[in-house]
Amino acid sequence: MEDLYREVIIDHYKNPQYRGKLEPHDISFEDDNPLCGDHIRIDLRIDEDGRVNEARFDGHGCAISQASADLLTESIIGKPLEEIKSLNKQDILDLLGIDLGPVRLKCALLSLKVLKAGVYGLGEASDDLVE
Amino acid sequence: MAALDVKKIRADFPILEREVHPGVPLVYLDSTATSQKPLSVINALDSFNRKHNANIHRGIHVLAEEATTMYEDSRAKIARFINAPSARQIIFTRNTSESINLVAYSWARANLKSGDLVILTEMEHHSNLIPWHMLASERGIRLEFIPVSATGSLDMQTYGKLLEQEPCLVAFSHMSNVLGTINPAMEIIQKAHAVGAITLLDGAQSVPHLPVDVQALDVDFLAFSAHKMLGPTGIGALYGKLGLLENMPPFLGGGDMIKTVHLRSFVPNSLPHKFEAGTPAISEAIGFGSAVDYLEGIGMQQVEAHEHEMIQYALERLEEIPGVRVYGPQAEQKGAVAAFTLDDIHPHDVAQILDRYGLAVRAGHHCAQPLHEKLGIQATTRASFYLYNSFDEIDKLVEGIYKVKKMFA
Repeated sequence: MEDLYREVIIDHYKNPQYRGKLEPHDISFEDDNPLCGDHIRIDLRIDEDGRVNEARFDGHGCAISQASADLLTESIIGKPLEEIKSLNKQDILDLLGIDLGPVRLKCALLSLKVLKAGVYGLGEASDDLVE
Repeated sequence: MAALDVKKIRADFPILEREVHPGVPLVYLDSTATSQKPLSVINALDSFNRKHNANIHRGIHVLAEEATTMYEDSRAKIARFINAPSARQIIFTRNTSESINLVAYSWARANLKSGDLVILTEMEHHSNLIPWHMLASERGIRLEFIPVSATGSLDMQTYGKLLEQEPCLVAFSHMSNVLGTINPAMEIIQKAHAVGAITLLDGAQSVPHLPVDVQALDVDFLAFSAHKMLGPTGIGALYGKLGLLENMPPFLGGGDMIKTVHLRSFVPNSLPHKFEAGTPAISEAIGFGSAVDYLEGIGMQQVEAHEHEMIQYALERLEEIPGVRVYGPQAEQKGAVAAFTLDDIHPHDVAQILDRYGLAVRAGHHCAQPLHEKLGIQATTRASFYLYNSFDEIDKLVEGIYKVKKMFA
């Protein structure tokens, strides 16, 4: 609890490095967290080897949701799509370096849900994607 | 009228003694979501389960008779609390939402047809919105909304205009769970009756905090929940005028709601049992009665006066913090609810950091998303106060908000 607002989280929230949109893009997906109205969109460009060579996120919401989106976006650049499919809840918690209760977990995991729904080409982002 | 002895009252609520983090005592400012329970309510639940537990209404044995008496006594207490003419006009439900759904499914489906108008307000909780949306898509009823003004009050002039369209029902919140606005219920009801409309009052926030008298208001239906007025979760009530309730078809079918049953037909039971299918939340209903006893022991006018002083002080202190904006009317028109934004810091972050200092507040749209849309904001942080809250806790809230500001500075 004490380090929930660790400097790194506040920093990524206030000064995100990967906020923006990619035009054109190969993959784009967006979704909301209906509980608190957080919104995340993620755009990806994929190279011919099936790796992410550029990624950006956009949206609004609490510090946890936005910092987690920035950290996640940073972490996937250069990664093959296949590897992104295997990312899960623990990977996000490791990126944030904190533990979260069930309510805030939804904020933290929104970006991963959006990313995986986009990568899998799904119509909607379900909670099963990040379990 | 003597001021409430908050210190004495707090001693009745065991949970208020706990720490939420090591060395950090709880400052509970979320009673609008759910209130805490006094020892007397906790003991009523415990004692029922230890000594009297049995199913009600059909048993002959001692436990069944005791349980039935306790359950029905509780109904009588609740009737007296809102000055209902008789206990059989109190239907036990799970909560305010279910009470409103009962009216929407039973009364409205029997009485409303395509094109009929239901008037709601822009400040409704989702529980007094979705049942009518559902009926609109199923039946083609029309919905109109009394607008909320910039100061957080209902626009009564537009209401007057809407009444010219001859609504069948006017369903509205007595007190907003976000703005705290106490709506002029009597005026709204009188005007609705003047054009022949039925009225439904959402009392989820008013019955716990103000004296509410259904006969003085002349309201047709009143919905409220126990857990917001010191009672257990899972139990609420619907009050209705006798003539309406008697002519309404049953809501849910099952045990206890029938008089006689044949393979291909049934005759519904009399009131209130007609609307109480299946085994109800018995211990919770008894706990509800015990909560009413506690509030009557304090006096609802005393509760109202204390909360008025609390909100006056809270608004004064909150408005002196740069970057804080409190939504809703001035203290005179407002219950003890302060929903606010702080600079551009997301309310979830505000609530999370306040939690570190033991402050339990709520963040989000508080089940009133259309109202937040109207206000042009996504979410608010909401602090709410009840009879067990002290001025000192408002000071702690203010200190906490300064700490949030510092962290995001």
